[in-house]
Amino acid sequence: MRSNSALSARPSLGLTLATIGGVLFLHVPLALIVLYAFSSEDKSYVFPPPSLTTQWFAVALDRVDVWNAVTLSVQVALCATALALILGTLAAGALARSKFFGRDAISLLLILPIALPGVVTGIALRSAYHSADIPFSFWTIVIGHATFCIVVVYNNAVARLRRLSPSLIEASMDLGANAFQTFFYVVLPQLGSALLAGALLAFALSFDEVIVTTFTAGQQTTLPIWMLQELIRPRQRPVTNVVAVFIIAMTFIPIVAAYWLTQRGDDDVRR
Amino acid sequence: MSGAGASTLNAGAQIGAGLGDRLSTHLLRRQYLLPMLLLIPPLLWFGVIYLGSLFTLLAQSFFRLDDFSGTIVYEIGLQNFIALLEPANLDVIRRSIVMATLVTIASVSIGFPLAYMMARYTRGTTKAILYVAVMLPLWSSYLVRLYAWKLLLAKEGAIAWLVTQLHLSWLLEAILSAPVVGGNSLSFSPLGTFVVFVYMWLPFVILPIQASIERIPPSLIEASADLGAHPRRTFWTVILPLAMPGIAAGSIFSFSLTLGDYIIPQVIGNSTLFIGQVVYRQQGIAGNLPFAAAFSIAPIIIIAIYLWLAKRKGAFDAL
Repeated sequence: MRSNSALSARPSLGLTLATIGGVLFLHVPLALIVLYAFSSEDKSYVFPPPSLTTQWFAVALDRVDVWNAVTLSVQVALCATALALILGTLAAGALARSKFFGRDAISLLLILPIALPGVVTGIALRSAYHSADIPFSFWTIVIGHATFCIVVVYNNAVARLRRLSPSLIEASMDLGANAFQTFFYVVLPQLGSALLAGALLAFALSFDEVIVTTFTAGQQTTLPIWMLQELIRPRQRPVTNVVAVFIIAMTFIPIVAAYWLTQRGDDDVRR
Repeated sequence: MSGAGASTLNAGAQIGAGLGDRLSTHLLRRQYLLPMLLLIPPLLWFGVIYLGSLFTLLAQSFFRLDDFSGTIVYEIGLQNFIALLEPANLDVIRRSIVMATLVTIASVSIGFPLAYMMARYTRGTTKAILYVAVMLPLWSSYLVRLYAWKLLLAKEGAIAWLVTQLHLSWLLEAILSAPVVGGNSLSFSPLGTFVVFVYMWLPFVILPIQASIERIPPSLIEASADLGAHPRRTFWTVILPLAMPGIAAGSIFSFSLTLGDYIIPQVIGNSTLFIGQVVYRQQGIAGNLPFAAAFSIAPIIIIAIYLWLAKRKGAFDAL
């Protein structure tokens, strides 16, 4: 692809060690969680675990409060993702290729919900609900989540649209297709996997969100809020360990799928 | 999209004169019409819900809480902002900025070698593996990763165990008894808070740096070597300045995320407060929404200044 001849072609020992160290720093803590889910100890975080057992998985499966939290989180994430998918795609379509006054301001506005601290977005929504006398509900959570999920879909869609060769669209139009036909038969198939990737990431983001949610949920308990309560006051460590492993699985799958879709889709567009 | 297609479209419009065609011609003839129509729904969402909320927040910060009745008095006044200047509150703001700065410096120092390795020395499968290794923690659960550190840093946890095995307990105790950074155990010390912050935001810092190093044309580096620069000199005078937009972009994340976080210092650390915690407590336990609103203006201003500085370094082109 490119030559590294100017600097030596092989990384120095220091660089290799720093890279290995960095990767270990990122991943050892997550591996540890999986180990703890099998620990027979239920009163402290003692390491190494005295012995290993699978009994906690059965205990966690029977917990109604955990299941309720999971259900609420999945429902919120599905609704927020659907909203983000529509609004993010529209914004990407409008901003990908065009240049007009205020374009930069609009793209800044789109990234603002993730550029500003979550606590600001959270309290802003909280005071808006308070001022407008809107009681906390399922939808107050969804609105908050959709707002910061839009940018994820937008980023994926805009990156793909910019890679899409303009000659494809021109060819379609030269052959007599109108804008709508071109969109449905040429642009959308190319965009599909990027949108799916964006949707998966938006789902993972919403499923895991806690900071904005604590301001918009009232008395409702999403899975992250359940987890946060356990973090502050640990009462049932073994169940928490199992739930943590479950959350890792729930978020890893969409992330890896999204990565695979993005890579494959970009290759298709380039070809 | 529209400009290039417009001239060729007349031919298409003549072939079929359906409603779709005419509408399509109409849209494409007027270059700005289509983007504008597409923008209406997202702009409404952001304009009404997001900006609307931010303005409510701003308005809220000028009201005050009646101490006796506990209700909000809707009179405009600056009392919240005057209260913000009390030494205790300024302390919280200063502590948050110092922490955010230190976390940013540490994340860039740890992240840069990894990003450099990914961008310049790996390809194919190795590159994909490294990329996924950075991306997985970025997207995986914030709370679960925080929980992992609660396990790691606990008094009976894995780090304490490792330290004992290495016969370094004296060193850990010396660090924990130090003023400012120390505490009862790692999970109740500011040092612990710092480590967890760095861990949390590291992937956000690595990816933009990696992207910006990847964009450096190899010919520039070759030219530098041809002109006789030592690799170290090439690094400092060619690579680092060109990677600056990526570093600035990455640092926005670590700085802004640290400044607004209230959960990490609540779970790992001693009881010293950061901006996010004050905001959360004021609106929750104290029920003082106006003061919480005023306090949350502080990180907005600090981050606006930071974004402005980062923009001058070209951070927005590297996002």
